[in-house]
Amino acid sequence: MTSMISVQGLSVHFGALRAVDNIDLEIPKNQVRGLLGPNGAGKTTLVRVLATLLEPTSGTVTVGGHSVERHPNSVRSMIGLAGQYAAVDDLLTGRENLEIVGRLYQLPKTEARKRADEALERLSLTDAADRLVRTYSGGMRRRLDLGASLVGRPEVLILDEPTTGLDPRTRLELWAFLRDLVTEGATVLLTTQYMDEADELADRITVIDTGHVIADGTADELKARVGGDLVTASPKRRADLARVAELLTDIGSGAVRVDENQLTVSVPVDARVDALVRTAQRLDEAGIELSDLGVQRPSLDDVFLAITGKVGSDTTAPTETKRHRGRR
Amino acid sequence: MTRTLTDEHGSSTASPQRTGSIGLFNDAVAMTRRNLLRLFRTPQVIVFSTIQPVIFVLLFNFVFGGAIDFAPGVTYIDYLVPGILVQTSLFASGNTAIGLTDDLQKGAIDRFRSLPMRHSAVLIGRTNADALRAALTMTIITIVGFLVGFRTDHYLGLLIGVLLAIAFAYAFNWVFAGFALYVKSPEAAQAGAFLPVFPLVFAASTFAPVDQMPGWLQPFAQHQPVSVTVDAIRALTRGEPAATKVLQSLTYTAAIIVVAVPIATRKFKRS
Repeated sequence: MTSMISVQGLSVHFGALRAVDNIDLEIPKNQVRGLLGPNGAGKTTLVRVLATLLEPTSGTVTVGGHSVERHPNSVRSMIGLAGQYAAVDDLLTGRENLEIVGRLYQLPKTEARKRADEALERLSLTDAADRLVRTYSGGMRRRLDLGASLVGRPEVLILDEPTTGLDPRTRLELWAFLRDLVTEGATVLLTTQYMDEADELADRITVIDTGHVIADGTADELKARVGGDLVTASPKRRADLARVAELLTDIGSGAVRVDENQLTVSVPVDARVDALVRTAQRLDEAGIELSDLGVQRPSLDDVFLAITGKVGSDTTAPTETKRHRGRR
Repeated sequence: MTRTLTDEHGSSTASPQRTGSIGLFNDAVAMTRRNLLRLFRTPQVIVFSTIQPVIFVLLFNFVFGGAIDFAPGVTYIDYLVPGILVQTSLFASGNTAIGLTDDLQKGAIDRFRSLPMRHSAVLIGRTNADALRAALTMTIITIVGFLVGFRTDHYLGLLIGVLLAIAFAYAFNWVFAGFALYVKSPEAAQAGAFLPVFPLVFAASTFAPVDQMPGWLQPFAQHQPVSVTVDAIRALTRGEPAATKVLQSLTYTAAIIVVAVPIATRKFKRS
């Protein structure tokens, strides 16, 4: 298995701040890797190194076997970068934006035009192709930005928080386009602070915080670290809570948790369906009325909370991006 | 989904940088085009950057026109137009700083830097587009000059003079490109760009003869690049011998380019 992206012992320091501190990361060809972390975790710094925008303080970083330091132009012709700040030109039309990027990928004029048209078509921007970008909505700008990253037909796609700041509906819409892209066999590095986004799009997830890798695995593996599935029952009457807890004790594989405020009783289980059926039968036989009963997988939010002690989408953390980008 | 992002034959994946000057030329053309497109879609910027020197032409002509002593037969407007052309070239160069810092802040420069292009083309495209813009402004000023009484019998001389001013503007575009890369913010660029411009433009033969200035200022005022270029254009429009002054102006222009281009380029590559 050869790595498309190989990061060994990477550190990036800005003065006293260790934005990235001795990170190792291997991403095989055709894998979609989610890089998950809160603001200030070092995601953007890592992306900037991979995109040849920032030199490592120390460590070795290669993309497709090319060193980002020694052969940046070879790296640049392999990658497509789409960023959270959507670097598209307001005063140009969508098509002009993409054509110019195509020309800068060293494509001949006709090819640049053809690729621009293709990208516009794929991202459903054909109707808006000849409008100035300043008339675009936020979602359209992100799509155009994605389109710009596709013009060079990159083998490696770097998506830096592609949906940050979008409203939920626009995010879902963008996910549909992203899902298409990531299933097409490119190697993708996707940074995000949204657990559901990583869960939805990535094959494998690396969790980073304060410049370190703190966990790595598939979404299922990470969830397994928090514990298995959870059967949760909510009795209608508060008086039944204790009785429900007692009945669930020998169904679970761990301790029963009672939440007095939410009126729920939950217990970790191994065989989710079997456990759910037995719980339902037992509570029914005991004549306890329920308002809800279900089995849940822990979310990546739970995972993040369990590993770092912080909530994933914490937006109050200081951002390292402000320090070296100037904006956003 | 059967399509792949990567072309199976490998042929249409973006080729690693084209070799030599063809790649650079291609990139510089693309970047110049981009900046010109942006420019022409903000006509208010063109209008304002043209109105300002036109106001200078009118104001200086009517306010100082009678007050300044000249050799007999030389009207103030004939004296003024060459000065305004050079003043415009310097004031217009400040736009290079503003445009470049704006691109830096909006992330456009990051995108360009992640592309397999010649990165110096970003600066070349910017300075080219701004030089073309200065050319447009200078043409309008010359026309306004004619409307308020500017006369010359030496149209070829005038043309050469305008080209001299454009070359001068181009050199200063690079100075301000370098300046922009150091200050980084559009606000700082806007505020800082004019500081060195004012003494250069006013302690010069731009609007008034140098020999009426205080003695200590005269050596600087006489020999600094703005005066030399203004004097060269004046000589050209009057049909006086101009070769020496033209050569001096071109030497200044070339020297500024030789110093400013590597500084700006190196700063761009490192930041």
